[in-house]
Amino acid sequence: MTASNPAVGRPAGPKPSLRRRGSRGSILADHAATVALWGTGVLVLVILGAIILHFALAAWGVVSPSFILGDPSRTTLGGVLPILWNSIYILVLTMLIAVPLGILAGIYMSEYAGDNIATTAIRFAEESISSVPSIVVGLFGLILFVDDFHWGFSALGGSLALTFFNLPLMTRLAEQALRAVPQEERSASLALGATKWQTIRHVVLPLAIPGLITGVILTAGRVFGEAAVLLFTSGVGTPQHYNFLNFDLTSVASPWSPFRPATTLSVYIWNLNSEGLGAFKTQIIDGSAAILIAIVLIFNLGARFIGRVLTRRLTAA
Amino acid sequence: MPTTVAYPEPVLRPIEVTTSQAGADEFAARTQDVKISTDRVSILYGEKVAVRDVSLTIQERSIMALIGPSGSGKSTFLRCFNRMNDLIPGASVKGEVCLDGENVMETDVSVVELRRRVGMVFQRPNPFPMSIFENVAYGPRRRGQNDRRKLDELVETSLKRAALWDEVKDDLRRKSGLALSGGQQQRLCIARVLATDPEVILMDEPASALDPVSTLRIEELMRELREAYTIVIVTHNMQQAARVSDVTAFFTMAEDRAGYLVEVGPTGRIFTRPNERLTEDYISGRFG
Repeated sequence: MTASNPAVGRPAGPKPSLRRRGSRGSILADHAATVALWGTGVLVLVILGAIILHFALAAWGVVSPSFILGDPSRTTLGGVLPILWNSIYILVLTMLIAVPLGILAGIYMSEYAGDNIATTAIRFAEESISSVPSIVVGLFGLILFVDDFHWGFSALGGSLALTFFNLPLMTRLAEQALRAVPQEERSASLALGATKWQTIRHVVLPLAIPGLITGVILTAGRVFGEAAVLLFTSGVGTPQHYNFLNFDLTSVASPWSPFRPATTLSVYIWNLNSEGLGAFKTQIIDGSAAILIAIVLIFNLGARFIGRVLTRRLTAA
Repeated sequence: MPTTVAYPEPVLRPIEVTTSQAGADEFAARTQDVKISTDRVSILYGEKVAVRDVSLTIQERSIMALIGPSGSGKSTFLRCFNRMNDLIPGASVKGEVCLDGENVMETDVSVVELRRRVGMVFQRPNPFPMSIFENVAYGPRRRGQNDRRKLDELVETSLKRAALWDEVKDDLRRKSGLALSGGQQQRLCIARVLATDPEVILMDEPASALDPVSTLRIEELMRELREAYTIVIVTHNMQQAARVSDVTAFFTMAEDRAGYLVEVGPTGRIFTRPNERLTEDYISGRFG
């Protein structure tokens, strides 16, 4: 039996060769795209590598146990532990406030809110706050927490101002992470008679963990790096000796108190660089920068690791 | 010199149906009461009518097949039995859907309780990314069952009923539900539904993503399950409808593209002596 429908048959003529692979232009464009995309990917790695390498070399010989643990001073080399402590303290405090709030708001935006005026307004607010210059957020914190609330410069005021600044980002990233969970997973759970909250708690959230961790990392990065907001809210000062055994939370001398002024590493680096006079100014800046980078890397890798463990525990797979 | 391969003309094989008196007697003995009845059910997506005025009854411990061309609203209709249409923004259902005589469309009906009694198996196998054990234990756990011994027992019986136990019993807790083959995943999804102890199981083209061997296993399973459960299956595969179902309902699309029920009757009769011309055209392959 041969093909009898003339409309379906191929016109007669030489068979095309498989060796001819499209026009010269399209082949060139294909190669160009491969090179450009590959190249930009490598560029990102090179930039990160260059930053790390620069500060690793600059800090070589500066960062030592005494540089971190030594007696705090501006005029000798060393003693950044109190500053380092403040950075971590403000980070933890901010994350304790911003991450739960961001995830709850993200759940609302992804699972409960429909498309209406309220959600449009919330999205607009998210984008607007994120693009407000951080120095302005800092000023707002200064007026609200330092002056109106009479807290003075405080770690808590800094953390709350940072929360203003970071909550929109955390909310948006949490919403995106939750939305990325396939609808089928929700249907499967609801069809088994699970309630909406059970579905969110046991299916949607566990599956969104990798995306949520990305949100936490990006938010935390802004906390570590932020100087402008904290300048006006948690204050600028010289490293002071902390007595870590002082657990009196009402005392401004206690390193555990949220109501004490707290200069962070980023603020310290900025301050030294713009006003510092000491003999070891450059070394202290380089060493502090290297420590800051190391902490950011440790935090990011740690967050990924915890995310993986959590995913495995919650989904048991 | 090109070689011409002659393929045989496609043959429309007649659909084999058992219309023996013994089969009819067995069906009559198996089922007495009406499990589900619908009265003039219409489903709308916004202004658009997707399903119009469907009234039918489904007997307890029987398999009803919903067949018809794409877009005839059979899946949409199926989803009103467990109110999964509630999840679709803009969808509304009119008319009555009664489970054991109780209208499930009433606003004070708990959909959570309804969905426990009316389970659902989806077209694409969708196990949770959890262990096999946790997949089956999901429903009972959400209802507060956390007793380890009882869960063990429930998971075992459910997997046995779904004819999956022997294949997975050695790595229940170690293996992810997603690591199983497509056919096994679908049986896992059935086991997951069975673990919630439902009365009705809705199946939305449960075998359309599976290979023929897995399809036959699912069909065998359905025939075993009908001894205890009421099953409603949507299928594109008419052989499948003929092989497994007791009663067949044929849907098609009206000119305004709204789906409607053309006729419903014992599967043997629908496939051999349909009352309606539309049904005959569809099952003989002249349409759809």
